[in-house]
Amino acid sequence: MSDAGAEHLDHFQDLEQQAHAARLGIWVFLASELLLFAGLFALYASYRAHYPEAFGWGVEHNVRALGTLNTAILISSSYAVATSVHMLRRGRPRFAAGLLVFTLACGSAFLVVKGIEYAGHFRDGVFPGGHGEFFVGKPEGVKVFYTLYFLMTGLHGIHVVAGMGVLAWLFARILQGKLTPPHTHPLDIGAVYWHLVDVVWIFLWPIFYLTPGTF
Amino acid sequence: MSATTPGLIPQGGALSLPPTFVNDDESIRSWLLTTDHKRVGILFFVATALMMALGGAFALVLRIEHLTPERTIVDALAYNRLFTMHGVVMVFLFMIPAIPGAFGNFLVPIMIGAKDVAFPRLNIASFYLYFVGAVVVLIAMQAGGLDTGWTFYTPYSVQSPSAVVPTLMGLFIVGWSSILTGLNFIVTVHTMRAKGLGWMRMPLFVWSIYGTSIIQVLATPVLGLAVALVAIDHGFDWGLFDPARGGDPVLFQHLFWFYSHPAVYIMILPAMGVVSEVVCTFCRKNPFSYRAIVYSTLGIAFVGFLTWGHHMFVAGLSVFDAGAFGILSMLVGIFSAIKVFTWVGTMYRGSIAFKTPLLYVFTFLFLFVFGGMTGIAVATTSLDVHWHDTYFVVAHFHFIMVGGTLTAYFAGLHYWFPKVTGKLYSERWGLLAAALVSAGFFVTFFPQFLLGNAGMPRRYYDYPPEYQTLHVISTVGSWVLASGMLITVGYLFWALKSGQDAGNNPWHSASYEWLTRSPPPPHNFDDTPVFASDPYDYTETGATQR
Repeated sequence: MSDAGAEHLDHFQDLEQQAHAARLGIWVFLASELLLFAGLFALYASYRAHYPEAFGWGVEHNVRALGTLNTAILISSSYAVATSVHMLRRGRPRFAAGLLVFTLACGSAFLVVKGIEYAGHFRDGVFPGGHGEFFVGKPEGVKVFYTLYFLMTGLHGIHVVAGMGVLAWLFARILQGKLTPPHTHPLDIGAVYWHLVDVVWIFLWPIFYLTPGTF
Repeated sequence: MSATTPGLIPQGGALSLPPTFVNDDESIRSWLLTTDHKRVGILFFVATALMMALGGAFALVLRIEHLTPERTIVDALAYNRLFTMHGVVMVFLFMIPAIPGAFGNFLVPIMIGAKDVAFPRLNIASFYLYFVGAVVVLIAMQAGGLDTGWTFYTPYSVQSPSAVVPTLMGLFIVGWSSILTGLNFIVTVHTMRAKGLGWMRMPLFVWSIYGTSIIQVLATPVLGLAVALVAIDHGFDWGLFDPARGGDPVLFQHLFWFYSHPAVYIMILPAMGVVSEVVCTFCRKNPFSYRAIVYSTLGIAFVGFLTWGHHMFVAGLSVFDAGAFGILSMLVGIFSAIKVFTWVGTMYRGSIAFKTPLLYVFTFLFLFVFGGMTGIAVATTSLDVHWHDTYFVVAHFHFIMVGGTLTAYFAGLHYWFPKVTGKLYSERWGLLAAALVSAGFFVTFFPQFLLGNAGMPRRYYDYPPEYQTLHVISTVGSWVLASGMLITVGYLFWALKSGQDAGNNPWHSASYEWLTRSPPPPHNFDDTPVFASDPYDYTETGATQR
């Protein structure tokens, strides 16, 4: 990427074309990411249909307050990052950078809450793969439930960390004065990626916290 | 390198020619760190061609092993490892990346009048991901001896004491390469077209790569997930597909085929794009129906996602599901038939130049229709129960993958050889090799239909003596096939070194990639390209415009 704000890369005709390509690129990438999660959601749906009682019981055993707190944290962070994009376009980079700090703080808070939850599971003897004393005497569906729980929230957690890395890099670029109008599309891309992190969680929240019992 | 001035190099005495992408900077470093899509394409070509040679060598050993029942040259365990390596190398390291990675990279930006793909650095990163993944896969399979077959079916893949985890990690990395290549092409086609080049005037090869890219982007992550889950099950004993812990091994098959069936369209769609280009150029006609080819390409890309269940007719699908998957699979046959009729219709009253690429296309048409019709047969549930997991299925998909994709690959290789190198290959040797490849292929795989129908299961080391005659014929065919390929390697290397200069457009093609020099300059066009005529305009006025 060229250093001066308004310049475009050699193989593009202008900055507009470059920004268009970058935006389309991230959406195509998100489509790919979505299918990655879709495979796990399909496994969840299939196993839940097979073990309705065990999955309902597992959902009930998760702490709904913590899951809901994390949802609130992520939605706030998404709002902040969207506002940050807006502020950068309006030529207020310091405000935009501040909002990114808030977003990063939300991401960290999410990981802390998730860590507290995991610690609680490990204390209870709940480990992925049906390992741990918790599962002694429990039906098989419970093991599958927790394996999927760790897989899906774990993969999501990796995405949270990756998204925070991207946003931290963008924060540095803004402070260095390298993202100024009209060259603001890198922040769009980081923000869109962060929204994916948020959206995936919005679907994990009901299937692991809000829907106990059977249908 | 600074030893030579990048720019004008003397050639043929006093003449100075403008630089091409080859001689602009000839250092090794400039090749390895290139972001030029043409050089990335060549890196992909060299790497995938080596993989084809390796996978082919495995196949030759397998065929020799089957000359006699029981042991001929390798023991049963080595046989299991060999057919696994043959499958993994050919599918994941050759077929899937070969045409998009090599021809697609080289041609798509030129065909749409762009200087490069949208994300050149991502492009070279994609090559190195492929390279690293391939090295991991090869080392793992050599050192640990994978014996699961390329399909990695659970529960065996979770228990196999061989190198399952590192192999799957390598494939996971290769999958990333595939996704990023596809992403790059989608964005390139959308955003980088030259001014005035509308969607419905793009060369058909670009359309086929576009359709392929959609599948790569949407299906590959599911394979990545499936192989990662097997690796986790194998490594950490999480048992997600283990019935002893409540898991269901058939769910792995669903995830695996959700990718691996569309993956066959990743292999065949670019091949169809090559055929469209070659047919139009060597018959000097516009396609019988441009739109029919475009829409059937998109149709295959779409319906391809809804057919995976036909691999699982005997895995406990309900009658309704099996019937639905069977009918959806047959839709692919309709789209493919539309293409075949369009190609043949294009040839009708064309001015046919019988060159090597066109001979390969004739072979393609024959073998692809043959393979396609047997595909309709195995998509029929009742018939598939008889043929499932026999040599009939092996013959069917080799007719599509080798008879279809590989012949189109060779057609494209010969068609674009002068474009890439600026040299002419020997037409006489080309036709001879094409004839050997075509005949050798048929002799190798046609007997396998008969073997399968007679009950010979796939992946079996041993067989009853009454199958021997057909096995021997098949093995002899593989030698003819291999000799054709070896001859091809020979005369193409010779042409590269001392072939005649081809000029810019030896085939007098109207397609856009021939509007620039051969080999093309570093930024593809000396002047901003104006695509005034259609890529398949062979009328008098069209010809005078260029």
